Amino acid sequence: MNWISNYVRPKINSLFSRREVPENLWTKCPECGTMLFHRELKDNLNVCMNCDHHMPISPRDRLAALFDGGVFSEIDVPEAPSDPLGFRDQKKYPDRMKEARRKTGEKEAMLVAEGEIGRTPIVAAAQDFRFMGGSMGMYVGNAILAGVERAVKGRCPFILFSAAGGARMQEGILSLMQMPRTTVAVQMLKEARLPYIVVLTHPTTGGVTASYAMLGDVQIAEPNALIGFAGSRVIEQTIGEKLPEGFQRSEYLLDHGMLDRVTHRGHLRDELITITRMLMRESPPIKGDLPRPEAVDETPDPEATANPDEAATSEKAAGK
Amino acid sequence: MNNYLDFERPLAEIEGKAEELRALARQNEEMDVEKEAAALDAKAEALLAELYENLTPWRKCQVARHPDRPHARDYIETLFNEYTPLAGDRNFADDHAVMGGLARFNDHPVVVIGLEKGHDTKSRIERNFGMARPEGYRKAIRLMDLADRFSLPVITLVDTPGAYPGKGAEERGQSEAIARSTEKCLRLGVPLISVIIGEGGSGGAVALATANKLIMLEHSIYSVISPEGCASILWKDAEKMREAAEALKLTAQDLHRLGVADVVVKEPVGGAQRDRKATIEAVGRALESALREFRRKKPETILKHRRRKYLEIGSKGLAA
Ligand SMILES: [Zn+2]
Repeated sequence: MNWISNYVRPKINSLFSRREVPENLWTKCPECGTMLFHRELKDNLNVCMNCDHHMPISPRDRLAALFDGGVFSEIDVPEAPSDPLGFRDQKKYPDRMKEARRKTGEKEAMLVAEGEIGRTPIVAAAQDFRFMGGSMGMYVGNAILAGVERAVKGRCPFILFSAAGGARMQEGILSLMQMPRTTVAVQMLKEARLPYIVVLTHPTTGGVTASYAMLGDVQIAEPNALIGFAGSRVIEQTIGEKLPEGFQRSEYLLDHGMLDRVTHRGHLRDELITITRMLMRESPPIKGDLPRPEAVDETPDPEATANPDEAATSEKAAGK
Repeated sequence: MNNYLDFERPLAEIEGKAEELRALARQNEEMDVEKEAAALDAKAEALLAELYENLTPWRKCQVARHPDRPHARDYIETLFNEYTPLAGDRNFADDHAVMGGLARFNDHPVVVIGLEKGHDTKSRIERNFGMARPEGYRKAIRLMDLADRFSLPVITLVDTPGAYPGKGAEERGQSEAIARSTEKCLRLGVPLISVIIGEGGSGGAVALATANKLIMLEHSIYSVISPEGCASILWKDAEKMREAAEALKLTAQDLHRLGVADVVVKEPVGGAQRDRKATIEAVGRALESALREFRRKKPETILKHRRRKYLEIGSKGLAA
């Protein structure tokens, strides 16, 4: 039975895709030069099978790989004023936006969603470096605030995958003001005593690092990600010397005490499940594909026993 | 003797001529130049007023960076009594770009913190040109914490090209220090009043300017990135700083319209550098009236006021 799906179908698919997208069939690893078959690379979450180089992954693919069964629902983000300054450099800001939207198929530089990981409900946000360098403007601020509000309401952890060159210059001071704005969001999580876990991915720099991306309860980074405040070229110009090998990379930051962990993308999901379940004081995660367990005994709630109908839906119980 | 900016050249010529005439008259008693010199003075005065009434954003940047403008130290010496500097971050070093301590402002004890650029070669090097390192922000956090515990208002004087882009600064967590300092600003139960007295350079300014009231001097600037930096990224040409300054909307007037600056303090004709004393006194009056608004307010009210302000910033653009 299984040999059909494992053997016959891939053959047909590969014949089909060879004709359709021949140039996408193989990807050359920019680090070691190995030619990688695109589907295997995708299954390996865009990590080189030969040298473990972590290539960019889209927020949608990342969230699909994170949530149980790849199922998540997007959280609505309030609209931000488009082009608040009427900004124009060599191109108009709205034209740059259109271009980024066409290129990525996404609306903006952050995707925020809810779902379960290892059957723990969480809210997750992922920043999109392909979208204008992942830059933090008003929309990104709104996305973080919307995600945090949902997490606080549902009493669940908030996991954020950062990737950005910094603030969005085209929104001027309003992008800079997302630093305090997103910091207020982080404070809301902390006051609600909910875990805020940051996963720094390549690259995370500038005003993003200097605000929400450095304020996590647990700070994890993917291997060899560039993480810093100032750009290395600016630093070299300022101090007039070459920077050491590995400067501003995850492992360097870990050595300097700026991170808790550096974790391979393939292990991230398991690690995030382990950490969030401990911080939420839940039982150890269930490995494998077991049926959903019965609800764990909770401290008796007099109101809940008085009105069993209301306690039946976990959402309502959690919303108290 | 004035230090002239490039756009002040016509003014320099007129003022120079008047000075020359008077010098000549001092050597030659028979000469009567006063009438002629007075005419030149009047011409200079009119030109000065005209120039400063219509400063372009780039010229405002130049004025904001003028070496003869009063700096944080000048304000502290003039407006405060019993200034008692407090030093160090208790961790690594004392950063001289950030000065601060206990002081009395109109008899009331406060904590004052200033980003200080220095006024001559020696002091500029000592102050690192007003570019703080992580230690500076951590010292500020410590001082803000002290203020919070003893119910003292905090006054910050902001004047910085930005946080220092250095190797050690990155290694010791420049971004984390900025993020924590901004977080501290947002956690205070005492009023925090900030004055941008010159340059508000990006995240390095946000860390100390996340205030209940943001006061800006008429020719000060506050920006997500320096015009030169923005020009070199978006125009691929650092010489396009005039265009960048225009596009970024970084003047006190723009920021007031965008709801980021609460108060704009008028400068003497010809800028703060032409009458330092009058400028400092005007800032003193603005500080007094800002502080008065928060007197006898509850800590929660003050904290909520600040958070609400930052959550609401940018809900409308310049067009609205
Ligand atoms: Zn490779």
